[in-house]
Amino acid sequence: MSNPADLLFTKDHEWLDVKEDVVRIGITEYAQDELGDIVFVDLPAVGDELTEGDSAAVVESVKAVSEIYAPVAGTVTAVNTDLEESPELINEAPYSGGWIFEIQIGEGAALKDTLSMEEYETSLKEA
Amino acid sequence: MSIFDSSAVGRRAYRFPDLDVPEVGLDELIPREHQRQSPPGLPEVSEVEVVRHFTQLSRKNHGVDVDFYPLGSCTMKYNPKINEDMAALSGFNRLHPYQTENTVQGALALMHDLAGYLSAIAGLASTTLQPAAGAHGELTGLMIMREFQRHRGDEQRDEVIIPDSAHGTNPASAMMVGCRVREVPTDSRGGVDVSALREMAGPKTLGLMLTNPNTLGVFDENILEIAEIIHQVGGLLYYDGANANAILGMVRPGDMGFDIVHFNLHKTFSTPHGGGGPGSGPISVSEELTPFLPYPLVTKTASGYEFFRPAQTIGRVKAFYGNFGVLVRAYAYVRTIGADGMRQISETAVLHANYLMRRLQKSFYLPYDRHCMHEFVLSGMNQKAFGIRTLDIAKRLLDHGIHAPTVYFPLIVDEAIMVEPTETETKETLDRFIDAMYAIAAEAEANPDLLKDAPHSTPIGRLDEAAAARRPVVRWEASVEDEA
Repeated sequence: MSNPADLLFTKDHEWLDVKEDVVRIGITEYAQDELGDIVFVDLPAVGDELTEGDSAAVVESVKAVSEIYAPVAGTVTAVNTDLEESPELINEAPYSGGWIFEIQIGEGAALKDTLSMEEYETSLKEA
Repeated sequence: MSIFDSSAVGRRAYRFPDLDVPEVGLDELIPREHQRQSPPGLPEVSEVEVVRHFTQLSRKNHGVDVDFYPLGSCTMKYNPKINEDMAALSGFNRLHPYQTENTVQGALALMHDLAGYLSAIAGLASTTLQPAAGAHGELTGLMIMREFQRHRGDEQRDEVIIPDSAHGTNPASAMMVGCRVREVPTDSRGGVDVSALREMAGPKTLGLMLTNPNTLGVFDENILEIAEIIHQVGGLLYYDGANANAILGMVRPGDMGFDIVHFNLHKTFSTPHGGGGPGSGPISVSEELTPFLPYPLVTKTASGYEFFRPAQTIGRVKAFYGNFGVLVRAYAYVRTIGADGMRQISETAVLHANYLMRRLQKSFYLPYDRHCMHEFVLSGMNQKAFGIRTLDIAKRLLDHGIHAPTVYFPLIVDEAIMVEPTETETKETLDRFIDAMYAIAAEAEANPDLLKDAPHSTPIGRLDEAAAARRPVVRWEASVEDEA
């Protein structure tokens, strides 16, 4: 497994790419492999106000339907509209073309309980 | 092949007789703007081609009349043909729903008695036969729970507690009645985590929805304590009867403390299942919930059987009287089996499941290793090491002429394989299934590619499920030449 080392991770198998106060979110290689072929992604709308832990998007595969949670409170600033036509991008390139949405961290909010790549990979081995 | 491929211009199987009534122009019946401008794209075929086409299609299908169908949680038991004979009696199948009560006394007697049998099996006071399926029964049950709580001034109750192993319909039904879902975890033995439940239950609790035995095929021995926790905080217990095939004549949900039970007649009571059924999901309720049942119910009076409307009814939940033809089949089943036979159904179903589980455990991982009830859940974890997933195992079974078990459910078991053999199979059939599963486990190690491309012997090979979901073709459309 080759999780890019400069990303942060959550225990819900999401990856976070933090650029100043904007976080880009997707699911990990492990998550896409467990889900199997992804057939539909329900994206949030740009401008949606989310609180931490809100269901922000829904990823539907041939096996299961999974929710993608907001890792932090804030405002949705971008969504990957390519996924509407090509949800398989999440399977093919989970860390690049398969990103799902971006959120601008809200005032007074901060990311917490994130994992480094090493910590995330260790958590997978323990599971 | 589509039936349109057999079509030839002018070929026909039927000719209308000469018109023996005055002709009326189409324009007088249907305004011109609502008439279609081109002929409909219908196939032009002879009768024998129609018969052969659909017979061929049926031979490509799998059903319980063809071979073993161990689809977990679905209870794909054999449906005795006497049920069909009874449902075909003209006294039942030629009735009109608007006939007056005095002309349908036999049908009303059947509904009255079937409701009584189900109440007795549930250990509860009364039963409505209206809901058209299990999930419809859940919705009706939850509506009754809400109405009951409203009547006693407990309107703030809007939380339904549901285990993480539950059927997906449970949380969906709770959402449909405007409730919030609280998910209670499963303990290490596969039952409800009682201490977590104790913390969740409170003045907001409308009730708990529980399947017992649950989707792991495990009977929750803490059920009396669970019932007490919910009742103490003023909540109600809803029994999802999807797994009722395990408890007939052995234990009654009412005695476990449940207030409402739904039965899936199309599972437990051998009525047609799959392909649209239709289903039927009667619910039985306790004495205190009886006034809230949907109407009409059937009662027996000195002058015969009559419909009546319970005092605080939630109203109608279906047009007319439920799926009546299904009720006739279930009634025939109950009367054929009898009270003694009911218990034997469950004893045999449980024996079959335990036999399969213990033998399959040699090749497949068993996450909850304890006696099961009518079904059990294996995991494809052992085979995952060879790059084989549960889906590949399921597809390979089709090459043995056996329907796949339920896969990837319940969600709390990784690579789940959920097997429910039912009571109607012979030991030879069970052994053939075991041999097929052993052979597949060996192939997973020796020749994994064979499994990844399976099935190889069915009319259609491995389907591209992703494409089917992303770009479904859901109706036939005439090509330009067909329209011409």
